Amino acid sequence: MSGIPHDHYEPKTGAEKWLDERLPIVGLLYGTLMIPTPKNLNWWWIWGIVLAFCLVLQIVTGIVLVMHYTPHVDLAFASIEHIMRNVNGGHMIRYIHMNGASLFFFAVYIHIFRGLFYGSYKAPREITWIVGMLIFLMMMGTGFMGYVLPWGQMSFWGATVITGLFGAIPFIGEAIQTWLLGGPAVDNATLNRFFSLHYLLPFVIAALVVVHIWAFHTTGNNNPTGVEVRRDSKEVVKKDTLPFWPYFVIKDLFALAVILVGFFAVVGFMPNYLGHPDNYIEANALATPAHIVPEWYFLPFYAILRAFTADVWVVMFASWITGGIVDAKFFGVLAMFGAIAVMALVPWLDTSRVRSGRFRPQFKWWFYLLVIDFVVLMWAGAMPAEPPYSIISLIGAAYWFGYFLVILPILGVIEKPTTPPASIEEDFEAHYGKPAE
Amino acid sequence: MLKKLSIAAIAALSLTAGGAMAAGGESHIHDVDFSFEGPFGKFDQNQLQRGLQIYTEVCSACHGMRYVPLRTLGDEGGPHLPKDQVRAYAAEFDIYDAEKDEDRPRTPADPFPMSGDPNAPDLSLMAKARAGFHGPQGTGLSQLINGMGGPEYIVSLLTGYTGEEKEEAGTTFYENTAFPGGWISMAPPLAGEDVDFADGHSNELHHEAEDIAAFLMWTAEPKMMARQKAGFVGVLMLTLLSVLLYLTNKKLWAPIKGKKFQG
Repeated sequence: MSGIPHDHYEPKTGAEKWLDERLPIVGLLYGTLMIPTPKNLNWWWIWGIVLAFCLVLQIVTGIVLVMHYTPHVDLAFASIEHIMRNVNGGHMIRYIHMNGASLFFFAVYIHIFRGLFYGSYKAPREITWIVGMLIFLMMMGTGFMGYVLPWGQMSFWGATVITGLFGAIPFIGEAIQTWLLGGPAVDNATLNRFFSLHYLLPFVIAALVVVHIWAFHTTGNNNPTGVEVRRDSKEVVKKDTLPFWPYFVIKDLFALAVILVGFFAVVGFMPNYLGHPDNYIEANALATPAHIVPEWYFLPFYAILRAFTADVWVVMFASWITGGIVDAKFFGVLAMFGAIAVMALVPWLDTSRVRSGRFRPQFKWWFYLLVIDFVVLMWAGAMPAEPPYSIISLIGAAYWFGYFLVILPILGVIEKPTTPPASIEEDFEAHYGKPAE
Repeated sequence: MLKKLSIAAIAALSLTAGGAMAAGGESHIHDVDFSFEGPFGKFDQNQLQRGLQIYTEVCSACHGMRYVPLRTLGDEGGPHLPKDQVRAYAAEFDIYDAEKDEDRPRTPADPFPMSGDPNAPDLSLMAKARAGFHGPQGTGLSQLINGMGGPEYIVSLLTGYTGEEKEEAGTTFYENTAFPGGWISMAPPLAGEDVDFADGHSNELHHEAEDIAAFLMWTAEPKMMARQKAGFVGVLMLTLLSVLLYLTNKKLWAPIKGKKFQG
């Protein structure tokens, strides 16, 4: 599978040869597990395993929850309480699933920012990056629809607000919104289709994860130096890499165990901290909650959505130039999806020839600022849409777009990068010295 | 640097979640020390039984708890009533039996009755459906440390009546310092000395309020103690696993890193 030269599986016994001629599955697994991996990978590279674990955790707990859940507007809320009170271990399974979503997004954000810092998106890994962005989008869809299923107040009003975004599309918006909801408003038809898709999408994600792994197993992993593995021969490759099993499997499992200590502390001792009290009130179309706030993992993008109000000059300009077709609401929707789109396009926006941020003295600071920007946006997204929060959101949104659309293209041209090490081996030995003879 | 930033990010992240719920800052909620707070907190069985008595004698006149099965009154980690008492308690309420087309007494398999007054919200989940103090400054730190604060809200509400009344569109509203907006349509349900406890516990207003708040916390989160135990076992086992994997990893990488493994 890999473009890096390495030993392949050789069937030895008659039975192995028999199977290999018909289905080379052992060879495939061997090739995947023994893939040469840069030996200088640091702790920021462990989140992939955490994410794979999250996907399995969510699918397994989700399948059990479905056995007891009823997707109907009159019964959904009660069926969750049935799970919490009557199903053996139901409260744990449900709380793990609920907080598992948070762990999933927590991990994916670190994973994405790791890629952004070390230039993992750059050639030849653009496909890995794009597939990753697709997975991220699917995760957002899945997370959003899953939050609707308990049919609490925030489920209902969150669904109303978010599907309302599609209603902002000029001319065809309302038709799309009605089509998505299966009716004029969020109702039983909406709940049923969200349930169906919430069950389907994780399997689409699983398939995309296979493609994601396939892609970076073809190009080889990036690493903190951004220097490629030398591929002259198997012997040279061995100086730069170690097989994934056992070296990185054990390392990643250790990291996963540490993270799960924190996860189980949250599930066991404060499972509702990341949730909203309003979602323990059954959905009521006649009573709007005082503040409709999405889950924490949507907040940065929610802040960008709300940042572009009608009094912002870009919005006024867009409205004027399109003859009023693009209003503030539609502009906000475009900005929210645009924020993810510019991130997806980063392989072509970053003009620097040096891959890793470690060797880009100016880039570093812009990147750290982007991380802070993301956290600030998350905070602003949770606040009411009024000054000063609206102005902070606007500045934050402007920096987000500025980073990808202005800073990265220009920085690659004007910045003087420092010299990366000649090889991964050199980087590794600079840290740890030569291996013991 | 990246490491420090990420720690700051994690901290800020956990803060925003609580801040997300910063709402209507005008209501006043005061802190109460409950026995069930914190990772090792436990429900006080006697307090839950007193709370049940207040619920039965006062609240249930208007409110119901449709999601709470009566049998759970006998659960460990709850009021833990003896089986015959649970059966006798259940039988005090009737339920419509569709098969026989008549009312029959409830059994432990049935839930508590629903709210009799359509304007009285169901109390099953009240302690989780309301939050306490979001501070300081909407950061939610207080909730991180003290829990969601639903029981504190209930105590503050029940003791927060000022005695002022007003009438609007034929409905009487009562001024309350804890209720968002300041005016609530529920008349003060407790005044102090509303019930007499068999165990001779004080029936002053704030004691009653705390007892019913604790009871409603249990109805909202009946598996809390089992959950904490599971969480504790999970944390313990995973910590052990982490240590073992740490040592395995260290030994595995020692020759690669040119170090001798001592462990």
